[in-house]
Amino acid sequence: MSAESLTVNTENTVETKQAFGNTTFMRMTKYMGLRVVTMAITVAIGVYLTILIANMGGYVDTMMRNEIRDNMTQSILANPAFRNLTPEAKAELVQKKIASEEARQGLNEPFAIRSINYLVNALTLNLGRAIYMISDHGSKEVRLILLERLPATLLLTGTAELILFFGSVFIALSLSRKYGSWLDKLTIALSPTSAVPAWFYGIFFILIFAAILRVLPFGGLVDVPPPENPVDYALSVLKHLILPATSVIVSAIFLSIYNWRTFFLIFSSEDYVEVAKAKGLAPRDVERRYILRPTLPTIITSFALLAITLWTGLTITETVFLWPGLGITIFRAIGAYDTPVIVGSTIIYAYLLALTVFLLDFVYALVDPRVKVGAGGAQ
Amino acid sequence: MNAIQNTFRELVRFPSAILGLTIIFFLLAVSVYALVTIPYSEAIRLWRGGEDVWYQNPKYAAPAWFNYFSSVKKPVSFKVGTLDGGMTKTVKPVNQDISTVEITYAFDYTYDTPPQEMTLYFTSKFDQKLPFVSILWHTPDGREIQIANMAVDRRTTYRFSQDTKLQKRLKTDYVMNSLFLEPNSQPPKTVKGKYQLVINGTAFESGSDIDAEFVFHGDLFGLAGTDKYRRDLFLPLLYGTPIALAFGLLAALSTALLTMIIAAIGTWYGGWVDELIQRITEINLVLPFLAILIMVGTFYSRSIWLMLGVTILLSIFGGAIKGYRAVFLQAKEASYIEAARAYGASNLRIIFTYLVPRMIPLLIPTLVSSVAGFVFLEASLAVLGLGDPVLPTWGKVINDAFSDGALYQGYYYWVLQPAALLMITGFGFAMLGFALDRIFNPRLREM
Repeated sequence: MSAESLTVNTENTVETKQAFGNTTFMRMTKYMGLRVVTMAITVAIGVYLTILIANMGGYVDTMMRNEIRDNMTQSILANPAFRNLTPEAKAELVQKKIASEEARQGLNEPFAIRSINYLVNALTLNLGRAIYMISDHGSKEVRLILLERLPATLLLTGTAELILFFGSVFIALSLSRKYGSWLDKLTIALSPTSAVPAWFYGIFFILIFAAILRVLPFGGLVDVPPPENPVDYALSVLKHLILPATSVIVSAIFLSIYNWRTFFLIFSSEDYVEVAKAKGLAPRDVERRYILRPTLPTIITSFALLAITLWTGLTITETVFLWPGLGITIFRAIGAYDTPVIVGSTIIYAYLLALTVFLLDFVYALVDPRVKVGAGGAQ
Repeated sequence: MNAIQNTFRELVRFPSAILGLTIIFFLLAVSVYALVTIPYSEAIRLWRGGEDVWYQNPKYAAPAWFNYFSSVKKPVSFKVGTLDGGMTKTVKPVNQDISTVEITYAFDYTYDTPPQEMTLYFTSKFDQKLPFVSILWHTPDGREIQIANMAVDRRTTYRFSQDTKLQKRLKTDYVMNSLFLEPNSQPPKTVKGKYQLVINGTAFESGSDIDAEFVFHGDLFGLAGTDKYRRDLFLPLLYGTPIALAFGLLAALSTALLTMIIAAIGTWYGGWVDELIQRITEINLVLPFLAILIMVGTFYSRSIWLMLGVTILLSIFGGAIKGYRAVFLQAKEASYIEAARAYGASNLRIIFTYLVPRMIPLLIPTLVSSVAGFVFLEASLAVLGLGDPVLPTWGKVINDAFSDGALYQGYYYWVLQPAALLMITGFGFAMLGFALDRIFNPRLREM
């Protein structure tokens, strides 16, 4: 909420001895290597915690057992070699197979070992099979159900985040130039509007633009039936994208502008900026070289943090707009009590968050001079 | 004390802070009123009640104040009974066994459309012989309509529009139209004025008695309208206030305090403690917050208090720790801490009496603003279908409305009322928080 959240990662790089490698490339590789390792460990622990929470009531165990029973029963019923057996003999055979398969997959092991097995499954995206839900292509694999939904979520998050981020940074820059103007005051006055989440604005937008004015669709990704022509298809998606993306943007933009504006104002009162101004540099150059450049790491950090909030926050926005992404899949899975899908999507989210943090680190390393000149390094 | 006074004096300089404070005080007053007038268990009983509790209300009725904004005045629901004194009842003994009971009720009807339904609920006392009633309807234009003649059991329900005999007698499928509309008017117009319902009853035993309750289902109901299950939405709107505030305040307060204490401990002890706390914060960043809440809600319990606990647990290692840490690192080197160390203060004493209190001015704005977020979190969970199953909350109302397609079907009041309350709450806390931030955060003061 406050401006502090913008400076989260800056002190993360600490002074270390300049012992290893002298080329920028070597230092970058070393830095990235360390970050990959720490990130991997972090993700593993995060996913492991997720599994622990999920399995506290034995839910993952049940999932695994159900899947084994399904598979074994199927394989025996479908196998022509067993067609002549009596039903009793078949049932016995199934029981035996299930027992041996459970032993093979380690379901009889103590929980400590079992949970490691689950962790490996989760990390390799071996998420099991859904109970009720099926993907659009008819598969019951949780991985496929979720991955199929990912593009829609990416489209919505990406559009909203890019507009939101660049919009707020540039508006904030121009506001910090005219600070004290009525536009500036208006933004400050409007910043509490960000207390309201996106889905909430979504309700109002649906009400106004879909229910009353009838100019934009209530929800969904494309028209029904979807247009054949790719251009029409894209236009239709765009039309459906307007309301959800707008509600995400509206819900965050004023606070974002306010934070950036404050941040830029603080930085533009630094001595070196005053010196640059005194030297008579063009305001544009001052802004680019003396305000934007040193604040770049912070800007990038906040970009990633924004992405993280958007990732998880979109669950309900998607549900409200019937946007066929990951969020609505979770929502449907809750309704259907489809345990594997819920656990699976939690894991996918953990992955997405980790990837975002990792990408952040990468870009961070590119722009942070402390990493480049070798003073920085991962802890 | 002086500091609080000063803060308050500065606060009143911000119009948004005054507005925010007013909203918060109003919400607190509503909460106290709700908790005093409706006990917790009673609220749950009413909210969970079905037809037996809410039979008197129409379904999907918009709030009565809609008439102020509409040119077509729609009928407002009401109910009266002999037991609560709303209907006049006169008992005249005819002889030692037989007595007549006359129940009348007159009401002004000024609306432009006929009501949905009218129902009479009879209760009677007798040993063997059922009492008998005949129901008459007087319209303002002087017509007298014979509604029904029937014997009433201990509990008898009579619904005007479902009486096929009456339909035949009036030669219409819509009883309400012929009772309330001007005959042969085109376009249909209601007859406005005083309507009278007369129930002439006869009891055939001594000690036998008849009571009646007249329930009038209009298109509008009460202050907040009703939902699909006939429940009065005023209950969840009223009772949702203390629940939302409790959730928001408890979550915000405990998260902020615990986060700060953890940051203080980390910076004070340093070394592996600090390192551990930082690593946990990083892992926490990767944990998908909402997804885990969803998992807990689906697998264990949807109780709002468990959700609160998990929310706090997942929030205490949030990004704020890093911000606090930076400030504590500076404070740690301050000379008064050194002095405390010199006189031999214990670690815990330094943390709790010297480090933590120093952060409180920085903490308060964040805390106040974050209440809004937590109030909305509760609503978000409810909208996802993970709301507390027994408690009447704002989010639950929105969820019910959504699952019934309220926006598509035009029941806007159903969504808009809880939404407006949520929004007012959110804005109230956010505005106060922002003003506090500008007061306590000296860097922001001039900006």
